[in-house]
Amino acid sequence: MSDPTTAARRPAWLARLASWDVAVIAIAIVVLLVASGTIDNFGTGRNYTFLLLDLLPIALMALPMTFIIVTGEIDLSVASTLGLTSAVMGSLWNSGLTIEMIIPLCIVLGAVLGAVNGFFVTVLKLPSLAVTIGTMALYRGLAFVVLGDSAVADFPGSYTSWVTGTLGGSSIPNVLIPLIVLAIVFGVVLHATPIGRGVFAAGASDTAARFAGIRTGRTKFWLYVVSGAVAGLAGVLWTLRYSSARADNGFGLELAVVAAVLLGGVSIFGGKGTLPGVLGGVVLLSALQNALRLQDVSNEALNIVTGVLLIISVLLPNILSSSRAALQRRRRRSPSRKPELSPAPSSNPER
Amino acid sequence: MSRRILTGVVSVVSAAGLVLSLTACGGTTKNDSTASGPAASTASADPNAASKQGVKMAFLPKQLNNPYSDIEVGGGKTALDELKGTYKLVGPNDASASSQVSYINTLIQQQQDVIGIAANDPNAVCPSLNQARSAGIKVVAFDSDAAKNCRDVFINQASTQGIGEQLAKMANELAGGEGEIAILSATPNATNQNAWIDVMKQELAKPEYSKLKLDKIAYGNDDDQKSFQEAQGLLQSFPNLKVIVSPTTVGIAAAARYVSSSSYKGKVAITGLGTPNQMRAFVKDGTVKEFALWNPADIGYLAAYAGVALSSGQITGAQGQKFKAGKLGEYTIGADGEIVLGPPTVFNADNIDKFNF
Repeated sequence: MSDPTTAARRPAWLARLASWDVAVIAIAIVVLLVASGTIDNFGTGRNYTFLLLDLLPIALMALPMTFIIVTGEIDLSVASTLGLTSAVMGSLWNSGLTIEMIIPLCIVLGAVLGAVNGFFVTVLKLPSLAVTIGTMALYRGLAFVVLGDSAVADFPGSYTSWVTGTLGGSSIPNVLIPLIVLAIVFGVVLHATPIGRGVFAAGASDTAARFAGIRTGRTKFWLYVVSGAVAGLAGVLWTLRYSSARADNGFGLELAVVAAVLLGGVSIFGGKGTLPGVLGGVVLLSALQNALRLQDVSNEALNIVTGVLLIISVLLPNILSSSRAALQRRRRRSPSRKPELSPAPSSNPER
Repeated sequence: MSRRILTGVVSVVSAAGLVLSLTACGGTTKNDSTASGPAASTASADPNAASKQGVKMAFLPKQLNNPYSDIEVGGGKTALDELKGTYKLVGPNDASASSQVSYINTLIQQQQDVIGIAANDPNAVCPSLNQARSAGIKVVAFDSDAAKNCRDVFINQASTQGIGEQLAKMANELAGGEGEIAILSATPNATNQNAWIDVMKQELAKPEYSKLKLDKIAYGNDDDQKSFQEAQGLLQSFPNLKVIVSPTTVGIAAAARYVSSSSYKGKVAITGLGTPNQMRAFVKDGTVKEFALWNPADIGYLAAYAGVALSSGQITGAQGQKFKAGKLGEYTIGADGEIVLGPPTVFNADNIDKFNF
């Protein structure tokens, strides 16, 4: 054991290194490097194009989801919002509207659907888990009302090929540009503006945040609006990528989004998390999926890997913090004596 | 203050959407976009080319662990063993439209020779299938077609016309040439079922079926319990009903189960499309005299032979080309690259024990 005072005086950057979100980014990079080196056809440009196209909708919806989970709430209706947007996009296209009109309309529709969630959660003060489970079913049901079992597919080739295409013959998908722009905007807002501080404060303690003059209700309402709008944008991109507007598009995706956010080190209880960590979580899950599929690993095994990773990501920070707390308590109790039982946990954060 | 910045975020999101809108010239509507026609195959086929050995063919069914598609791809495995090719099975756990795309992408990366696909959505898989084809991979759709310009050939289990005619014929036989019949279908908008029922109606309009009266089309939504209740409802509403025709495997089994345990047994006939394994007991106890279905194993078998024939250059998918499919004999490619397996098999007490699926 080192001198107990050094642990308390560890510089901030060292503490950052030992945090889960940094670990996730590191693991994601390691997985990418190892897979590129060992798995046939993983490291090719085309495969990275596929990988990025596959993770795009999850990454997009994970951005506002990070904010919402940091405030201690949740939005499980995002995938259904994507589906309803896709269905509406198909029926508007059938009705003869121009695609240039339809796309903004769909994003506005997403925002309105998000505002409905926001209204229930912040004005009526209902628990967001219950509200968004309800709207998840409601929006998916409406999607089937709008489009039934049919699919609309004849979207203009210039749009569909842009969404599936890459930048001037490189391997970088065109759609990565809006994702990167949005990721930077969301990252800056969360980590470098008063809004972001308000979001963290609301998650740490809603009451305390309100006493500090932060309008937590209003903030949360707008977060749901943004979440809906982004899900609407994801619905547009999804529809164009698969050139198929269907009511069941994105079915079950909300859990992939929440899983990526939690894996990225955001606490489900709110108040803790970073956006880069979340993006690391998205990349890690998608890279694992892509790599294991190239190795012909079954879906079941894939789900097991994802589940284990999630449990580790929730468990590890807890073990770390509780073992730190235990150490500190013991030191407070016996400042002069060395502890007779060395509690050194196997996962010692000091490296 | 915070509200202003958040509004800013909303506008950035909308702006991203508008940027998308500006990538094309203004005002594209449904009427402007013309679907690109199928790229006509210009490569010439050599029907006498030798069948290639070691062809790598991957089967991508609608979803894994579905008993029906397991039998289909099992037939594909049998054929590839005969042809000394390599068989692979991949697929999603859910039959949603877009879940197959990432599997196609993986198969492109793995450089398969042939992909056999039962498409969940004919258009959603189209761009990635065409990427596969430009990478030199042959694409055989089976069971459920992909859009015509994204695959080389389509193995159709049976022609819509053939199935509809067979259903009308069986209903007529079982009703003894006259009387009331009813249909128990899946969902009101199920594509396959509706196409078969339309053909059935055309058949019933013919003079030889003029004494048959179609009372009602009921929908059991391919749900066992609802189909069971609908069968019950039909028999209660139409006391003179002689035959229930159910063109879905869920419906026919539920209706047969209800009739076999009711006073209608022996008085009302059940027929339609079902699998021998689920109907065996009802054929043995006399509830069901005959029903029909294609043999799913033959679909996969034919798909594999077509895939290897494409890979060997014996066919390219153009109409009129011929190829041999092992025990199934010789096939000729029809319009739009369609290959019809053949007329449905009729199962009855005499032959049902020869089939195990």
